[in-house]
Amino acid sequence: MPVGVLALQGDFEKHRQMLQQIEVESVPVRYPQDLDDCSGLIIPGGESTTLTKQMKYAGIREPLLEFAADKPVFGTCAGLIMMADTVDDSRVEPLGLLALSVLRNGWGRQVHSSTERIPLSFSDEVPFRAIFIRAPVITDTGTSVTVLAHYRNQPVLVTDGRHLACTFHPELGDDFRIHEYFKRLMNV
Amino acid sequence: MKKETFDVKIGLAEMLKGGVIMDVTNAEQAKIAEEAGAVAVMALERIPAQIRKDGGIARMSNPTMIRQIQEAVSIPVMAKCRIGHFAEAQILEALEVDFIDESEVLTPADEANHIWKHDFKVPFVCGCRDLGEALRRIGEGAAMIRTKGEAGSGNIVEAVRHMRRVQSGIKELTLLDRAELMARAKSLGAPFQLVQQVAESGRLPVPNFAAGGIATPADASLMMQLGAETVFVGSGIFMSEDPQARAAAIVQAVTYYDDPKKLAEISAGLKDAMKGIDMAEIPEGQRLQERGW
Repeated sequence: MPVGVLALQGDFEKHRQMLQQIEVESVPVRYPQDLDDCSGLIIPGGESTTLTKQMKYAGIREPLLEFAADKPVFGTCAGLIMMADTVDDSRVEPLGLLALSVLRNGWGRQVHSSTERIPLSFSDEVPFRAIFIRAPVITDTGTSVTVLAHYRNQPVLVTDGRHLACTFHPELGDDFRIHEYFKRLMNV
Repeated sequence: MKKETFDVKIGLAEMLKGGVIMDVTNAEQAKIAEEAGAVAVMALERIPAQIRKDGGIARMSNPTMIRQIQEAVSIPVMAKCRIGHFAEAQILEALEVDFIDESEVLTPADEANHIWKHDFKVPFVCGCRDLGEALRRIGEGAAMIRTKGEAGSGNIVEAVRHMRRVQSGIKELTLLDRAELMARAKSLGAPFQLVQQVAESGRLPVPNFAAGGIATPADASLMMQLGAETVFVGSGIFMSEDPQARAAAIVQAVTYYDDPKKLAEISAGLKDAMKGIDMAEIPEGQRLQERGW
């Protein structure tokens, strides 16, 4: 079964291109029924206020919560914000898939966006080149959450064994390790 | 290092894909835009239709107004500077706007040169009418390209013309053999390396958005189907009779741009769009798209 990539707004095409390079089939998800044939779902980067609106309009919130009860979801940046259980901003209505508290734009505006080298706990190879774009900051994690990478002592890549989320954008680079980690979570 | 900085600039443009960027002139409108689902707002003192009507010199917006908009919304805030006016751009960077539009909507400050955009940490978007113009701006460091269209006209015809020219320019390049690329770079007036890159990849190296004349959900769908990855809406929203509903409808239309049934549903119930101007009513020399090269 293919992986779904939520295609309501954001850089969903970048995720699909990266999945193609690691030989994982993907489909765009814009309607609730699109989830039926998916083995997992990626929520891409974008604007979390827009994703909140568009998820409601698409009627996809409830189906997505049911889907996530037994299938893995991977969120990057705004995707991570949507997966958190607490967000500092009432304009965003997160799904609560991961025990995370999140601060939107925690590093500031675009001039503070940057590329950083961060070690991955599951890989002995070179550090990962992580691209942070107006990135959120994880301010707290629940006991169910394992941190797979840190930047400046803050968690930036986390999992609870089923779901995966990061505050940066692996889909914008050319290092497949994090998408491959998600592939293993899906057993595809 | 330079490549990494450019990756971070293009990264923000990638995040705006499949969304709508709306012109706003105060904090109140900015909130309406965010509430409707805009991915970003463009802060400017007067919308293009008003600038066209008022005449005079159109300049960068007042920093106080930009700050008020930054405080009112959580989405990225863009602002315009005049073509070639790098001092305005420096001020906008100091204000930490998220994107600078070096825009033909404002009165140009330099008729020969655009800004050298690689010097800035803030990403730039620039308008174009064809592939050569797009590649010249990318060569100077633009991280996003948009069609110029005809701002403030409520008329989609120029945006369509510009998007089609860019797309057909790209298609043509992919058909040429290597020996023909230098001559094409010369006729396009575009940097050779970028011409080579587009010929190989079949796409622009930065995101390609549509602007200038979008007034309805159908206009947004049209531009997306022609290859735009996001749309800018300027006068189209706040010159219409129902800004809130229209803004939300255009946001939905960009996501479901290829689903006519959904578009019919989205468009139903909207009040009148802005009146708009036929191109024949705008004399040559007064068209905003002719500013810049």
